[in-house]
Amino acid sequence: MTTQNIPVSNLDQYIAAFEGLEQNGAAQDPAWLRQLRLDAFHRFTELGFPTARRGNEEWKYTDVGPLAKTAFQSPASTAVPVLDFQSVQPFTYGGATGNRIVFVNGAYSESLSSVARHPESLTLAPFSQALSLDGDLVQRHLGKNADYKEQAFVALNTAFLHDGALVHVPEGAVVEEPVLILHLSADGKDTVTHPRTLVVAAKDSKVTILESYGGLADGAYFANAVTEIILEPGAEVRHYRMQRQSEQAYHVATTSVTLSEGSSYTSVALDMGGKLTRNNLNALVAGEGASCVLNGAYLVTGRQHVDNQVIIDHASPHTTSRELYKGVLDGRSQAVFHGSIIVQRGAQKVDAKQEDRNLLLSDHCEADTRPAFWIYADDVKCAHGASSGKLDDDALFYLKSRGLDEQEARSLLTKGFVHDITATIAHESIRAHTEAAVSGWLEKL
Amino acid sequence: MLEIKNLHASVGDVEILKGVNLSVNAGEVHAIMGPNGSGKSTLANALAGHANYKVTAGSVTFDGKDLLAQPPEQRARAGLFLSFQNPIEIPGVRLDHFLRAGLNAVNKSKGLEELDVLKFDRLIAKKVKVVEMDRAFARRAVNEGFSGGERKRSEILQMAVLEPKLAILDEPDSGLDVDALRVVSEGINELRSPERSLLLITHYQRILSYVVPDFIHIIVNGRFVRSGGKELALEIEAEGYDKYTEAAGAPAGE
Repeated sequence: MTTQNIPVSNLDQYIAAFEGLEQNGAAQDPAWLRQLRLDAFHRFTELGFPTARRGNEEWKYTDVGPLAKTAFQSPASTAVPVLDFQSVQPFTYGGATGNRIVFVNGAYSESLSSVARHPESLTLAPFSQALSLDGDLVQRHLGKNADYKEQAFVALNTAFLHDGALVHVPEGAVVEEPVLILHLSADGKDTVTHPRTLVVAAKDSKVTILESYGGLADGAYFANAVTEIILEPGAEVRHYRMQRQSEQAYHVATTSVTLSEGSSYTSVALDMGGKLTRNNLNALVAGEGASCVLNGAYLVTGRQHVDNQVIIDHASPHTTSRELYKGVLDGRSQAVFHGSIIVQRGAQKVDAKQEDRNLLLSDHCEADTRPAFWIYADDVKCAHGASSGKLDDDALFYLKSRGLDEQEARSLLTKGFVHDITATIAHESIRAHTEAAVSGWLEKL
Repeated sequence: MLEIKNLHASVGDVEILKGVNLSVNAGEVHAIMGPNGSGKSTLANALAGHANYKVTAGSVTFDGKDLLAQPPEQRARAGLFLSFQNPIEIPGVRLDHFLRAGLNAVNKSKGLEELDVLKFDRLIAKKVKVVEMDRAFARRAVNEGFSGGERKRSEILQMAVLEPKLAILDEPDSGLDVDALRVVSEGINELRSPERSLLLITHYQRILSYVVPDFIHIIVNGRFVRSGGKELALEIEAEGYDKYTEAAGAPAGE
């Protein structure tokens, strides 16, 4: 255990849950996976949960104490509710795609899913199938990108890794229809799931991934997600994420992306739900000419807390990154943005830009922005910008002078503020659906 | 239609308008001319209800109702329109989306039909022609990256869509080249009607040879110092404002 962490107070419970998993069918998993789980579980017991104490920069503003103290239970596998597609529609980006895999309370839902096994274009499968049919591929990548040795929540997820989603796009394949990965929590209180996703985009392939999280019941459940994305040389991945958990939920998500030479990765995230949300987005830009665009919007109100931790590690020369996050805060909400850019020794001609802008709709919300740069090369371009402010009075007056009332004017200006994020979604219907979600959020204020 | 009586207005602690009186009937075009800092924009903004322009004395009635008691959006819904001298950029908000929201707010307050996207699309396709622009112009974000001429055209387009009873045009000619001035002027003329009144605020005579006013008022240091017919413009063109500013003392500041 490091001094930055607190020990797992209800360790017995976690041990019981871990043993329970082994008895619930996970014992049939291949030996390497069982070993991975065991290693990760050991590491989790050593790491404990991170603390919000001073000196622990990564967790300084986000207190996971209440989460650490809660004795979350795994959802009973017998209690997986039967859902029809209509009831999960709000979380499906308008139901725009036939490539979808849906997990309810952590369990694969065959009836809601529409998976694919086309060796020449796309494999979309639950681990329960992929471990036997794509075993080598899964073994080669799973757990290799998201670091369970240092990150407690990744360790916890990996310790309970059983089912999950595999997306494999073979060399040169272009998948036109987006691939939806939906993780739903359907029974609220004090349950925990560990959603896991593995995306492998082989050389020169192209794919659009929709990753969606939602709650069908209120309550203080906990979703602890890990997504690993591997881009082989020349691959192009667009990754759109939407998080609409219940207002009492804890949502911790780690996304680890590895980019090889000439690959390009675009992420556009929209966070609206959750009482406490923590996103870790780690991009390892590890091949010449690779580029990534990491954009996100977070909309919070009431006493919601959202924390985005984005680390871009430029390990190769001639790589670029563009990062734009925008927050809209109302009520007594709090938002944290911590963007780190690392330029490794020898990684010349890196071009990195980071920006975080916050719009404060009330006097009682708080935004903390912390940019950090570690630059070990001398011929690089790095820039960052940050701001927090209220709506512009002159702009409000302009809108009112055309007949809009205060509420309409504020709503339209706020939508305009978020527009630069949603506008970066290339796929039209997905963009429209995302914008509609933003409008829906604004109407409820 | 509009009755302004002894209007005093301040910006911060500085009094800019020092007793303006004006009566505008339906269908009339009144030009208000004056040097920089005479109070032209203050009058426009005070009438539209900008919070930074505080009315300290006097009264304004619009269609028989107390205008000053109404918030800006109610003034707009009652049929008052301000074409801004320097309209603000609103990134991320499309001009047509903004205008549909405005028109529907106005229509709703009158119990009229609110236009859906398709109906509004047909309307805007027609209205952009008033300012010799194409449909794509209205799909751009409000004033973002607009040239000076495009900003003015956008304001006139907004007027054409909202069809106000009274339009206050705050220097619609400033910064325009001859061609743009012609387009903007023709746009304004197209909207002249026996039911619609215009308050045309300008520094220069130039636009008044396109948009010929019924009355001209010279404002200096927060007061109207002279009123007359359209011939007054030619006098200003020939002689400038000097004889009025000297008589009135230092300018009030805009």
